[in-house]
Amino acid sequence: MTQLIPIEVTVNARPRSFEVAAHHTLLEVLRDDLALTGTKECCLVGECGACTVRLNDQIVDSCLVLAVEADGGTITTVEGLAGADGQLAPIQQAFLDYGATQCGFCIPGQLMAADDLLRRLPSPTVEQIQEGLAGNLCRCAGYEQITEAVQAVAEGGVAPSRTRAADAAASAGGARAGARTNAEGLDQ
Amino acid sequence: MRAFSYQRPTAIADAVALLAEHGPDARVIAGGTDLIIRLRDGSVRPSVVVDVKRIPELDPAIREVDGRLVIGATTVMTDIAADERIRRRFTALAEAAAVVGSVQIRNRATLAGNLCNASPAADTAPSLLVYEAEVVVAGPDGMRRIPVDALFVRSGVTTLRRGELVTAIELPLDRPPMGSAHQRRTRRRGHDLASVTLACGVDASGVTRLAYGSVGPRPLLVTDASGVLADPARPEADRAAILERMLVDASPSERSMRASPDYRLAMLRVLGWRALATAIRRLAAEE
Repeated sequence: MTQLIPIEVTVNARPRSFEVAAHHTLLEVLRDDLALTGTKECCLVGECGACTVRLNDQIVDSCLVLAVEADGGTITTVEGLAGADGQLAPIQQAFLDYGATQCGFCIPGQLMAADDLLRRLPSPTVEQIQEGLAGNLCRCAGYEQITEAVQAVAEGGVAPSRTRAADAAASAGGARAGARTNAEGLDQ
Repeated sequence: MRAFSYQRPTAIADAVALLAEHGPDARVIAGGTDLIIRLRDGSVRPSVVVDVKRIPELDPAIREVDGRLVIGATTVMTDIAADERIRRRFTALAEAAAVVGSVQIRNRATLAGNLCNASPAADTAPSLLVYEAEVVVAGPDGMRRIPVDALFVRSGVTTLRRGELVTAIELPLDRPPMGSAHQRRTRRRGHDLASVTLACGVDASGVTRLAYGSVGPRPLLVTDASGVLADPARPEADRAAILERMLVDASPSERSMRASPDYRLAMLRVLGWRALATAIRRLAAEE
């Protein structure tokens, strides 16, 4: 006896009206009904943060929200971070530059949490970064690089660990080196 | 997840009518951070889920009414942790709300939900016990108020009756101010359930209130009105004897995976002393 309920939401700046099953989570609807598969399904108990999306200007674990609860709301998924022209957001570019992306599975959630942290605290301390991202687990244990990437984008942030950024640049060749210059430019 | 019918009442009376009609087959959803996990694993199987977030009477704004600070049933942990009045006057509650789950969880999880789930490890319960908060409940027979201490029975069980809905949690503003602190022990920093969660409050008359959770089937409140515990000038042995008596009812489960009973009891003492010292210091700073 699946109850279908019409909802209206704005997803990544696009208004949408459709029906959802009452017992489907926002995560299921984003992935299965809207084909926005950047948001990942993982622990399904609110521990790992892989399903993090922005709902009405706050990040949430979309596995712990019923889709129907989002009715009338505004949602941003990781697909909505980059510009319309595909230009990566500064935090996405920083994740690349600092080698924060390893297997990549947790990264959509990490990006949404990092983006949220920087909106609330434009110049976070390392402790604030760790607290802001405490709801996002990385099994590759790329936490140091993730923290560095957030610091690199922070207002007035000091480019951390030049060695690591330089290593990444050297191993990735010229394109990455150019990106590194951009990251440094953001620090000024 | 098993299918259920979703209801979105816009008045408290309508929500109460639904809960009264369906009884144990209905579940309230506020933040959903506990409920959706249990819907998914099948440990609760309601036929109706009642979403109370679209009820204007359950305004999430924290407000002062008649000498009480009113926290609505839909107020989330993020807003409680950030509220200046709570940070100043009910510091242990602000500290507890700030460590529940993660940012993502705190943006959804409500104080009312934390209480209604009656987890022995609920981080906000000890501070609400210390402040002698009351839970405001609407039911088929009208409104009633339940002291938080009279709400908890055991894990997952409260004294709420069929058809009753928590509408607010109220903190008294007309009592002597307390210096207070929340402390907890987790297995890892960041997002984890507490192995011990504890709050302490000390007021100018020397009364010390201590409440602790995750060391028994429900959180407990104990009080020392002798003034000895609140006075750091008293002999250490006298104060320790009082604290020991206040902790005798802790009975951690052998079966919990998070920590052994011995470890929990040892940490209960450590956190008790820490919270007490912080509460005394904060009271002195206020005066």
